Amino acid sequence: MSTPTLPDTPLLLAPGTIAPGRARPALPLRREGPEKLTGLAKYADDLVFPGAWYGSTVRSTEPHARLLGIDLDPAFDWSKVVVVTAADIPGENVVALIQDDQPVLVPVGGEIQHQAEPVCLLAAPDRDLLRVAKRHATLRTERLPAIFDPLLSTREFAHFELTKGDIEAGLAAADIVVEGEYRVGHQEQLYIENQAMIAVPRPDGGIEVHGSMQCPYYIHAALKRALNLTDAQAVVIQAETGGGFGGKEEYPSIIALHAALLAQRVGKPVRMMYDRHEDISATTKRHPAWVRHRTGVTRDGQLVAQDIEVVMDGGAYVTLTPVVLSRGTIHAGGPYECPNVRIRGRAMATNTPPNGAFRGFGAPQTEFAAETQVNRIAERLDLSPLALRRRWVYREGGVTPTGQVLRESVAGLEVLEAAAQASEYEGVAAHTKKARAQRAEDAHSARGIGIALAWHGAGFTGSGEVHLASVASLELTADGRIRILTASTEMGQGTKTIFPQLVAEALEISPDEVDIAPQDTSIVPDSGPTVASRTAMVVGGLLIKAAQRMRAQVEEAGGGSFADTYRSFAAEHGSLRVDEQFQPYPGVTFDDATYTGDAYPCFGWACAVAEVEVDLDTGEVTVRDVVSADEIGHVIHQIMAEGQVEGGSLQAVGYATIEELKLLDGRYLNDRLATYLIPTAMDAPRITSILLEHPYSGAPHGAKGVGELPMDVVAPAVVAAIHDATGSWICDLPATPERVLAALTGSPAPGPPGISAERPA
Amino acid sequence: MTYRLTVNGIATQVESPGMRRLLDVLREDLGLTGTKEGCGEGECGACSVLVDGAVVDSCLVPVCQVEGARIDTVEGLAAVGDLNLLQAAFLETGGAQCGICTPGMLMAGEAFLASGMEATEEAVREAIAGNLCRCTGYTKIIDAIVLADARRTGTAEAQA
Repeated sequence: MSTPTLPDTPLLLAPGTIAPGRARPALPLRREGPEKLTGLAKYADDLVFPGAWYGSTVRSTEPHARLLGIDLDPAFDWSKVVVVTAADIPGENVVALIQDDQPVLVPVGGEIQHQAEPVCLLAAPDRDLLRVAKRHATLRTERLPAIFDPLLSTREFAHFELTKGDIEAGLAAADIVVEGEYRVGHQEQLYIENQAMIAVPRPDGGIEVHGSMQCPYYIHAALKRALNLTDAQAVVIQAETGGGFGGKEEYPSIIALHAALLAQRVGKPVRMMYDRHEDISATTKRHPAWVRHRTGVTRDGQLVAQDIEVVMDGGAYVTLTPVVLSRGTIHAGGPYECPNVRIRGRAMATNTPPNGAFRGFGAPQTEFAAETQVNRIAERLDLSPLALRRRWVYREGGVTPTGQVLRESVAGLEVLEAAAQASEYEGVAAHTKKARAQRAEDAHSARGIGIALAWHGAGFTGSGEVHLASVASLELTADGRIRILTASTEMGQGTKTIFPQLVAEALEISPDEVDIAPQDTSIVPDSGPTVASRTAMVVGGLLIKAAQRMRAQVEEAGGGSFADTYRSFAAEHGSLRVDEQFQPYPGVTFDDATYTGDAYPCFGWACAVAEVEVDLDTGEVTVRDVVSADEIGHVIHQIMAEGQVEGGSLQAVGYATIEELKLLDGRYLNDRLATYLIPTAMDAPRITSILLEHPYSGAPHGAKGVGELPMDVVAPAVVAAIHDATGSWICDLPATPERVLAALTGSPAPGPPGISAERPA
Repeated sequence: MTYRLTVNGIATQVESPGMRRLLDVLREDLGLTGTKEGCGEGECGACSVLVDGAVVDSCLVPVCQVEGARIDTVEGLAAVGDLNLLQAAFLETGGAQCGICTPGMLMAGEAFLASGMEATEEAVREAIAGNLCRCTGYTKIIDAIVLADARRTGTAEAQA
C-alpha cells in the first residue's frame, strides 16, 4: 500500500504553549486509513460466516407492563425458526454492568420497564422467513402505570452532594442572587454504523463474538455471567467499528448476549444487525437533565455562592447512570473558583429506554447550564462575559467542590484568551451589540457571537482507574518485531495510529516497526474500556512505561542502543514481553465514601466562541463559525487531535440546535434518520481548533485526553450567540426554531425536552 | 432475472429479482462490501455509488433500474495496493476517522472532481451534503477534496 508521508511542518500552536524549538518527527498517517479508504476494512456487516443464520429481537410496545405470555401463532410453521426466551438463558438473566437490574430478556411474569425492551429472540436461515416469523410472535401483557418525568419519579438510581464553604452564609452575603432553570433532552450518538454483532459457537461449548464495540471486556464479562462460560470459553473480537461516541460502550453487551444465546441454540453463527430504526428505538441516549442554579454575586462581580441542583433521567435501568451523574455533578459549577458551593445531583428512573454513555458523559448537560448561567449573570451585572470569566476562572491552587487543589496544568485563562483573540470576540461583540441597537423593526435576520468555557476531568472519576487496574503489554517477538497488546479499540479517534507512535518514540525506532495485536480477548489483556477520553492518557502512558522497561532491558543486555540491538536480542533470547499495570498517579487521592479529594488527576480546559445567524421570521439558527481552544496536556498527533475537536464541536452544534428526540408514551417518535436530524456539511460551521499544551506531570507524555472536552463547551456558546443576536435566552436545548420563535414572539413554547407525552386516552 | 452491469469497469452479469436493492447486489452478490449501509432510506449517503457517473444512494435503487449501466464503487478507485489522488488526500488531511462514511464520501467527492466545478468551500459542502459524517465535523473532508482538486488541476505544488 503506498503511504505518502506528510511534510514535516511545524505545529500551528499559539506561541509559548509548546516546548520551544523542540523538533517533532513527521506525523504518522492513520494506520488503518488505506483499508478504510479502499473499502477493504471489514466492519461487522462485511464479515462472512458461511451458513450463518439471522437473528432478530421481539420488543415491547408499552412503557410499563407485566409480561403474561409470549404467543407463537400456531398457524405459522415454526419448525425452521429458533425461538429463545428468558427461560433459555443458561446463566443469570442479567446484563452485567454496575447493578444487576437489567435482564437480558424480560421473563414471563416479569415487568416490562420501557418501550422497545427485548423480550424474545428469533433466528432463521434467511431474512425473509425471519421477518414473517416476527409478525407471528406477539406479547400478552397487562399494562401498568408509567412515569416519564424524572422530577415526578420517586425511584432514585443515585445521588451525590458536594459542599464547600457555607452555602447559606454565601447566599446571605451576596448582593444579588441570580436564579436559572435549564433543561436538556436526549441526544442520539448516531454513529453511522449501526450496532452489529455475530456470534459463533465454539467447539468447547463457548461462544466467540465479532462486532462493533468500544469495550471488548465489558462484553466478555456479560457473556460469562449470562451464559455460564469460563474466561476461555468467551471470546470477544472487535470488528472495524464505524463510530461509537459512547453509544458502543455498554449497549453492545446486550446485542452480543442476544446473538450468543441464539447461536448456542442454532449451533451455527448468528448475525444480529440492527437497522437504523431499531438502533435509534432501542439503544441508549444522552441523559436528559434538569438543572437549577442559584448564584450569589456581589455588585462588583465577585462570585460568592453557587447552589446547584441537578436531576438526570436515567431511563428504565441503571446502566452507567451513577457514573454519568457523578461526572455531571462534579462539573456542574463550571471551571470557577467559588468559596461557597453546594451541588446536589440525583438520577431518577423513568419508563423510557435506558440512557447511557455519550461523549461528555454528564458534563455537557451541566456545563451548558453553568455557562448559560454565567452569561446571564454577566448581562445582569452589565459586565462582559469575557471579563467576568477572567476574574472567576480557576487559577493554579484553586480548590474545586470536591476539595481538590488544582496543582498543575491549569489553563482555563489561557484557553479563554486564545479563543477570544482568534475569534476577535471583543471586536465582533461590539459590532453585533451596535447592530442589535440599530436593527429595524422588520429585520429578517440577526447575527450574534457567544462565548463559553469548560473543564473536563481527565480519565475515570475518583478511584475508577485504581479499581480498573488496567494492563497494557508490549512484546518483542522472536522474529524481531514490536507488538502492542491492549484491549483499547479504534473507532475513528486514532488509537491504532498514536499507540505505535508513542511506543516508537519511546524506543527511538520507526512506527512502521511496531505492530498492533487484534482487539481479541483471547490475545490482549484487559486495558480497561475505551471511554472517558482515557485511552491516549492512561493506556498510552502504560505503553510508554512498558517501552521504557523493554528498552532498558534490551540495552542492558546488548550494550548498544535499542534500535541497533533489539533484533539481535530477539534472535538470541527469543521473545520478550513486558506487562505494565496501572499505578495510581502520584499524590492523587479520592475518598469514595465522602466523595472528596482528587476527583481527577487533572483537567482539560476548553473555550469556544460561536457566531450565529438567526432567521427572525422562522427562528432557524445557523451556526456560521466556531473557534475552539483546547488545552489537552500534550498533543500526540495534531491532525487526530484536531479531528476530535472538530467532530466534537459539530456534535455539540447539533445538540444545541437541531438534535431532539420527541417521545410519545415513552417511545421515541423520530426514530429514523429521516426524522432525527444531524448536521450535514451545509449545516456545519467553519470550525477552527487551537490546541494548547501544559503537560500533566503524572503521565509520561503529559497527555490529558481530548475526546470529550470539545463536546462540553460549544452548546452554551451557541446559546450565548443566539442571545447576542436576539436578546432572548434559550434555556431549554435544543434551540429549535420553535423554541427560538417562542422566545422572540412570546408564542407558546414547545414542551420541555426529554419528557414523553402521555399516550392519547 | 439476469441483469448486465459494468461494475468498476468489468462487464458483470447478476441473477437477481428486479426489485433487489443495488446495495445488496453489490455487497452480497458481488462481494463488494466497501459500499456501506447506514440508514436504508437514502438519508446518510454511506451507500453512495456512481451510476453512469452520477452519485446515487444504492439503497434506494432497484437493480432493474440500472440494467446496462456503469457502476463505480470505492473498490474501483485505485489499483489494489494503491490510492488515487482523492484517497491519498483523505489520508493526509485526516478526512477519514471511523471510516464508515468514507467510501460514500469518496464517491461524492469523485463526482464533484469530475464535474470540473471550482472547488470553493461552499461548492464542496454542497457536493457532500447528502453524505453524513459524525466524526470529522466535515472540516478535513472538505480540505481533502479541495487538496485533491488543486493537485489534479495543477494549482497545488505537485506532490507525488
